[in-house]
Amino acid sequence: MTDKAEGSLLYLDDVSVSFDGFRAINRLSLVLEPGEMRAIIGPNGAGKTTMMDIITGKTRPDTGDVLFDGSVDLTRLDEAAIANLGIGRKFQKPTVFESHSVEDNIALALKARRGAFAALFHRRSSVEQGRIDALLETIRLSEKRDLLAARLSHGQKQWLEIGMLLAQEPRLLLVDEPAAGMTDAETAETAILLKEIARTQSVVVVEHDMTFVRALDVKVTVLHEGSVLAEGSLDAVSSNPKVIEVYLGR
Amino acid sequence: MITTFLIDSLDRRGRIVVGLLVALALLVPAGNLLVPEGNVFHVSTYQLTLCGKYLTYALLALSVDLVWGYCGILSLGHGAFFALGGYAMGMYLMRQIGTRGVYADPLLPDFMVFLNWKELPWFWQGFDMAWYALLMVVLVPGLLALVFGWLSFRSRVTGVYLSIITQALTYALLLAFFRNDMGFGGNNGLTDFKDILGYPIQAPGTRAALFAASALMLAIGFVIASAVVRSKLGKVLVAIRDAESRTRFIGYRVEHYKLFVWTLSAAMAGIAGALYVPQVGIINPSEFDPAASIEAVIWVAVGGRGTLVGPLIGAVAVNFGKTWFTGVLPEVWLYALGALFVVVTLFLPRGIVGLWDKLVTGRAKPAVEANGAGRQTGEAA
Ligand SMILES: Nc1ncnc2c1ncn2[C@@H]1O[C@H](COP(=O)(O)OP(=O)(O)O)[C@@H](O)[C@H]1O
Ligand SMILES: [Mg+2]
Repeated sequence: MTDKAEGSLLYLDDVSVSFDGFRAINRLSLVLEPGEMRAIIGPNGAGKTTMMDIITGKTRPDTGDVLFDGSVDLTRLDEAAIANLGIGRKFQKPTVFESHSVEDNIALALKARRGAFAALFHRRSSVEQGRIDALLETIRLSEKRDLLAARLSHGQKQWLEIGMLLAQEPRLLLVDEPAAGMTDAETAETAILLKEIARTQSVVVVEHDMTFVRALDVKVTVLHEGSVLAEGSLDAVSSNPKVIEVYLGR
Repeated sequence: MITTFLIDSLDRRGRIVVGLLVALALLVPAGNLLVPEGNVFHVSTYQLTLCGKYLTYALLALSVDLVWGYCGILSLGHGAFFALGGYAMGMYLMRQIGTRGVYADPLLPDFMVFLNWKELPWFWQGFDMAWYALLMVVLVPGLLALVFGWLSFRSRVTGVYLSIITQALTYALLLAFFRNDMGFGGNNGLTDFKDILGYPIQAPGTRAALFAASALMLAIGFVIASAVVRSKLGKVLVAIRDAESRTRFIGYRVEHYKLFVWTLSAAMAGIAGALYVPQVGIINPSEFDPAASIEAVIWVAVGGRGTLVGPLIGAVAVNFGKTWFTGVLPEVWLYALGALFVVVTLFLPRGIVGLWDKLVTGRAKPAVEANGAGRQTGEAA
């Protein structure tokens, strides 16, 4: 499609989408390099979640290019195909499988063949069990492995969802407001966990919590009314007059 | 691989159910054929046939639960698959009549002679062979489900819209089968059967064998359903039920999973119908009645959806109730059934099995058998 996309992991160019005439995403462009971690901030309704919907195939853009790996056109694929390309997503509202145990939630997300017949005859291998145990350790839910996910606290569900995301071994993680509803201590731990993940995978994090974004210490993109308002270090964007106006003014 | 897969699939409760069904398959026919009349252990032929019919209903209920209880697909048209299986069996039984019909035509069933048809329609060919008919019992409902499911799941029709089109499906078939020119005996359906596999269909031995076959088929259906819901595929089904779009985002093709369980369920319903027809001696379009499909859903709700034992208990319990009510207070039955459904929906979201779990084991069963609703908060995080 375009040479500019070459070498990028995720490439959005001039993307727009409207809902009943309302432009939720307005000529949005964004490029993510392989291995990069990016924080996206912006007021409520800025279009952050909608952007993730577009990348993961939930929403089709009206116009614009959305490319993965420099060449794969994501606008032509469905959710499952995009997930299997290696794009994982954590939702703003934590969504885990409530009537499955914590362990089964991880097991379902674990990278494996996704076909119905493969699942029908699937037997959990010791390698897989080891992966599951390690992930449960990482998200500190080993003790709760047999509990129904419905029983977890809000913060624990957020962590379980991050665990499910890791289980998929995606190349790109899209994480929507991971710290929402967490205590300060949990938020700090989440920042550490995400930075840990970012050492091996590319991550896009949407977050409101400025302490959290500061802790991540990565390039920040400010979204406003569906387009990029500013981009740069957190200090640079937070001293940007346009950004100050959006956050404080109006 | 398949055998260990099936054997490992039963939990303790499942083993009890399968054991009971196998025992029923042996003891009830023995009570009918070997124990003399007057003895307390004697089972009359009427009772035997009635129970055999209930067992086929239980298999139908199991098939409904597989899609509704475990995958959240509320089918209000499963009676259609049951009836199609029944018609396939009916066609075989019709062709077994041969020259013993009223018009003594060696090839054409009576109703075709009556309609002045000169030759057997193409879709009646082959039904003189038992193996072919049995294949059709599974294939016809299975293929219809495959096509219907492929179209609706691919376009992501879910929830109440899907339920409505399943009702439309069975209603359309009801109207079609009512027509004489469809070639399925119209209003009267198929009846006056004589033989099955060469044995007289009314003979006590045949009836006992049909009962045993129903109990064993139910046991086999139960083992298969159990293997399916306890596999990883079964866990994906429950995941779809609880959070369909989440399941897509971790890479599962939801429509394929739905299509698999939907088609399997339809085939199971078809087998139930095929066992039902020789025992009641008739198949007519009323089996396509949308109300019949709704009744099957009520059996599942009463017994406990999302549990495998529930639909069996529900189907048998509700139909005992129906037999009793229609004997004593026939005009009250439908109201009683409606009231039962309301009560169960409001107070027993997991039906009789859920109530049992609550009273006896003190807590609802975890994980796969859980249903999202009606669970207790005993094990706080
Ligand atoms: N499916 C949809 N239908 C209609 N409007 C939508 C839809 N999704 C998002 N929107 C609207 O688009 C805007 C951006 O929403 P969202 O992406 O959720 O914002 P953010 O995540 O930045 O808070 C909001 O005004 C929201 O109401
Ligand atoms: Mg949002």
